Amino acid sequence: MSFLWIRSARVIDPAARRNAVGDLFVADGRIVPSLSAAAKKAAQVIDAKGLVACPGLVDIHVHFREPGQTHKETIATGSRAAAAGGFTTVVCMPNTAPVADNTGTIQSITDAVRRDAVVKVLPTGCITVGQKGAALAPFGSLKRAGVVALTDDGDCVQSNELMRRACEYAKMFDLPIMDHCQDASLTQGAVMNEGTVSTRLGLRGWPSAAEDIIVARNVILSEYTGAHIHLQHISSRYSVGIIRRAKTRGVKITAEATPHHLALTEESLTTYDTNFKMNPPLRTEADRRALLAGLRDGTLDCISTDHAPHTDYEKDKEFDYAPNGIIGLETALAVSLDVLVRRGKFKLPEVIDLMTRRPARILGLPAGTLAAGAAADVCLFDPAESWTYDTKAGFSKSANSPWQGQALTGRVKTTIVDGRVVFTGGQIHA
Amino acid sequence: MPWTRRHLLTLEELSLAEIEQVHATAAAFKRTLARSVKKVPALRGKTIVNLFLEPSTRTRMAFTMAAKRLSADVISFDSASSSTTKGETLRDTAQNIQALQADMIVIRHSAAGSPLYLSRILNIPVINAGDGAHEHPTQGLLDTFTMKEHLGKLKGRKVVILGDILFSRVARSNIHALTKLGAAVTLVGPSTLVPHWFTDLGVKVSHDLRSALADAEVVMLLRIQHERQASGHFPSLGEYTSMFGLNKTRASWLNPKAIIMHPGPINRGVEIDSELADGERSVILEQVTNGIAVRMAALYLCSGGQPEHLYSGADPK
Repeated sequence: MSFLWIRSARVIDPAARRNAVGDLFVADGRIVPSLSAAAKKAAQVIDAKGLVACPGLVDIHVHFREPGQTHKETIATGSRAAAAGGFTTVVCMPNTAPVADNTGTIQSITDAVRRDAVVKVLPTGCITVGQKGAALAPFGSLKRAGVVALTDDGDCVQSNELMRRACEYAKMFDLPIMDHCQDASLTQGAVMNEGTVSTRLGLRGWPSAAEDIIVARNVILSEYTGAHIHLQHISSRYSVGIIRRAKTRGVKITAEATPHHLALTEESLTTYDTNFKMNPPLRTEADRRALLAGLRDGTLDCISTDHAPHTDYEKDKEFDYAPNGIIGLETALAVSLDVLVRRGKFKLPEVIDLMTRRPARILGLPAGTLAAGAAADVCLFDPAESWTYDTKAGFSKSANSPWQGQALTGRVKTTIVDGRVVFTGGQIHA
Repeated sequence: MPWTRRHLLTLEELSLAEIEQVHATAAAFKRTLARSVKKVPALRGKTIVNLFLEPSTRTRMAFTMAAKRLSADVISFDSASSSTTKGETLRDTAQNIQALQADMIVIRHSAAGSPLYLSRILNIPVINAGDGAHEHPTQGLLDTFTMKEHLGKLKGRKVVILGDILFSRVARSNIHALTKLGAAVTLVGPSTLVPHWFTDLGVKVSHDLRSALADAEVVMLLRIQHERQASGHFPSLGEYTSMFGLNKTRASWLNPKAIIMHPGPINRGVEIDSELADGERSVILEQVTNGIAVRMAALYLCSGGQPEHLYSGADPK
């Protein structure tokens, strides 16, 4: 038997309604209520005085680019970035090359995870073959291969008929559908939010209506079919309203917000910095405030990063030509603490809830709690430590972050997966 | 006040004083252009590269002419026969041009913001000759220069910009220059091509041609590109012309002394009747001529020339 004894941490476990200074005990990779005197003697001891101990963070929206785009990120580097950011469970999007629309690709991902990952990395499968929006992917085989959800990610299914069939078919397998809500006909060539700023900058606008229309469509289809649709990275104020009303009717809809949509607005784009280019785009202050209100009242269920690595040379282009997306795993906790706790009205346990129990619950993952019997996935962080984020010192293979060089407060000190320390002292322990 | 900018990227960032400084410098150069020997030695020994990654006739020729009048050597870069067709990035192309020891780059690019991007990469001055739907600063400067020649001070003057505003960099640069110069600007066109967000830039938006043109002293027409990006923004060129084309009747609503402008290329019979384009109120070709002097001013100032050397009466050296 192996034992771990985390001493004197402020243990915050929203799932178990725990928020008090105390000890955490681990035996053979699982949380236990206590350790015997003999076990304590044998245990590895971590002095966590002054630190918060919470469930390992859960991110249900990351891009690890393997297979096929390993110049941007790999399961090895992505999972290390996750560990450094306090995440112990992440869910990968299927827009790899080839896309994960078949069991062979899922198998190659799960093999790489077993071989290279330092945290728990779970795959998703495509909704449609080739992510082309024309024919359903084999959900049954994908489920047997281990996917935890279905999504066409950036290629939102445009056909309402196909989306309806996907909902009905996915329901049979109890697989949630995760949708990136974007009406493609409204966003041809669009690179930023449509409005005054895009007008000034001469950039093609991405109207929030393009998100709202698909959010409304998904609410309607979820209600009609009874399928669970999870709405990815909501960015628009109007969408928050649609989701809020749907939830009062009991529609099986869940939704996420990203740290960047919570913290930043389109005003950041005035220098055409491609590290602020993502899809959906940063929107207005009114939208940003609506997202905060949505998280506050439970309309939005969780925080996800949409960690989307791209190399320097891919991002270092004319704004129109640079790819969408930013990395976020190593900054998510600090940025969320800043925008929600320090600048918002959230309490620390509420933010932890949004990054642990709630995302795990959306996909039914066995994660996000420190209750006795749970896997000993733990994040230890210092909520007060100030540090400067340097992508060069980070673990992601890419550096496309709007927080490069910024001072952040709240730093992950140690990450534990199944009772094993995988990150501490700024180092990965693979 | 000395000129301190090394780059000319936008008119949004220029102060009123800077705009007037370019105008005054252009006026001095315009006088030299009227002489039999039109060349001044101001940029002798300097090499200017015209990096035009999008088609252009007027602007490119005017920049070339301006550089030659300043005695600079000019190299024009043709995107069709260059390495950009082999996938070379803008950064690499520009760094190679700098490594070839060019002293200045004039860039035309379809992507908004690319001149700013270049200015951060390169050590040499960058002049924006049009970036996507963003800005075309020398066009805005030559248009306002031409207006001032005809109207004097622009404060309080009623200027109408008519046509495809949404996709127009010319409109944006003019909006910034005109609002700083104190003109009362109204944008007119189909509601799909003149979105209401423009009002945040300090101008009026109207879709009623008659009330907008009433007593206007300047009407600036913009090219309608129905075959390209504006497809789907209005039903047909015929409908556009019937609603917004400038014809003799509509021109009569203008102030009797009003001038008619167009940055070119003109679609005769679409946004403007042929006889108006060639008529006595048209200053379209004056704009082209002024484009040389204004671009001489831009190249001169951004290469470190100081306007007082011109005002002192001596010819620019």
